[in-house]
Amino acid sequence: MNDEARQKNPIEHLLRMDRIPHIWCPGCGIGTVVTSFAEALRKSNIELDKIAVVSGIGCTGRVAGYIKLDSFHTTHGRAIPFATGLKLANPELKVVVFSGDGDIFGIGGNHFIHAARRNMDLTVICVNNFNYAMTGGQVAATTPTDANASTAPYGNFEQPFSIPYLADAAGASYVARWTALHLRRVTKSIQEGMDKNGFSLIEVITPCVTLYARRNRLGDGLNLLKYYYDKSEIKHGADTRDLDISYQGKLIVGKFIDRERPNFIDAMNQHMSTVLGDDYELYGRINND
Amino acid sequence: MNQKIYFGELKATKGEIHIIRDRCKGCGFCVEYCPKDVLALSDEFNIKGYHPPFVENEDNCVYCQLCENICPEFAIFVTKKEEEDVEKG
Ligand SMILES: Cc1ncc(C[n+]2csc(CCOP(=O)(O)OP(=O)(O)O)c2C)c(N)n1
Ligand code: SF4
Ligand code: SF4
Ligand code: SF4
Ligand SMILES: [Mg+2]
Repeated sequence: MNDEARQKNPIEHLLRMDRIPHIWCPGCGIGTVVTSFAEALRKSNIELDKIAVVSGIGCTGRVAGYIKLDSFHTTHGRAIPFATGLKLANPELKVVVFSGDGDIFGIGGNHFIHAARRNMDLTVICVNNFNYAMTGGQVAATTPTDANASTAPYGNFEQPFSIPYLADAAGASYVARWTALHLRRVTKSIQEGMDKNGFSLIEVITPCVTLYARRNRLGDGLNLLKYYYDKSEIKHGADTRDLDISYQGKLIVGKFIDRERPNFIDAMNQHMSTVLGDDYELYGRINND
Repeated sequence: MNQKIYFGELKATKGEIHIIRDRCKGCGFCVEYCPKDVLALSDEFNIKGYHPPFVENEDNCVYCQLCENICPEFAIFVTKKEEEDVEKG
């Protein structure tokens, strides 16, 4: 096959090709989730110059630097507040946050719950690889009990967050969980999340081969990808209280929450026009309706 | 085997596989998950020292694009073969 120079992968226009190859390890699943995201961008009816991508710090946090859209690589944990500012300053934008479990649910956990509570119109894609990969495989708020991590050499004795349960309780409008191998379902959920007029969370359970897999002797990326997929069971609409992840246990995946609730800007407009009447100028409605 | 018996006048879609060998990190995802066993990892090294896949039997490819969607390196993709190409072989 001698067409390398002539032919281009059809998602290349969405990637900053001058930065490829990316930094991710061979067998890491983050690139697969990026491919699923790129597919969602290709299929979406939203204009590409109306989409912005924000990441925090971490292996997953590098995504913003590889996507060829308006994008920003913020400080650790601050992807959601940055995205909130972006959305409020320019409500026309579709703002996607693409970051890791540590970034979004560890250091950035408080931002997550408040953005979900306010139903800020953001789409959050969280790559959950069960650890702080970039800094050496430390225990995270998502590390399953009993799993080994560099800061839990005798195994983790803490109880992890169940991401969909947290998102549901905090008030998210859309909540789904998949594994990286559910390629087309990840793409579809990202599309649905972007079309949702409110806060969406898509958790993608993804192999970290170099740290999580190695410390726990779970084989290579392919082993982990396969393992997660085989252990998953699709249960749309499952009660989010039943979605705990135990070490190497069953993974309930699917779309759990899809509900309508006024987003932050709509709620503000509604409230302020009730209180102030005609004195209030609707915010963020310049090109809508 | 006469495919018409099974598909009537419908022609199975065929794909042409493109591998950007030097971008591949040899993870094997595409080889493992291709539903038609079209791909295999080669013994040769690419520029980065990984073993990229090669196309073992392109005729079996059904243009499902799974390899394209699973690749974490954006290193493999498939284009649809035009009908004449399929008929020619
Ligand atoms: C304020 C601050 N604290 C700590 C760090 C160190 N740090 C960098 S990435 C990271 C964890 C990232 O974990 P996660 O978001 O799960 O991403 P992954 O690497 O697993 O994809 C930490 C603690 C930092 N960069 N900034
Ligand atoms: S350390 Fe883990 S998460 Fe980071 S690139 Fe390597 S495999 Fe992926
Ligand atoms: S398109 Fe499908 S059948 Fe063809 S090589 Fe790729 S995975 Fe295999
Ligand atoms: S999935 Fe991509 S990186 Fe992995 S072996 Fe196939 S072509 Fe190479
Ligand atoms: Mg992580």
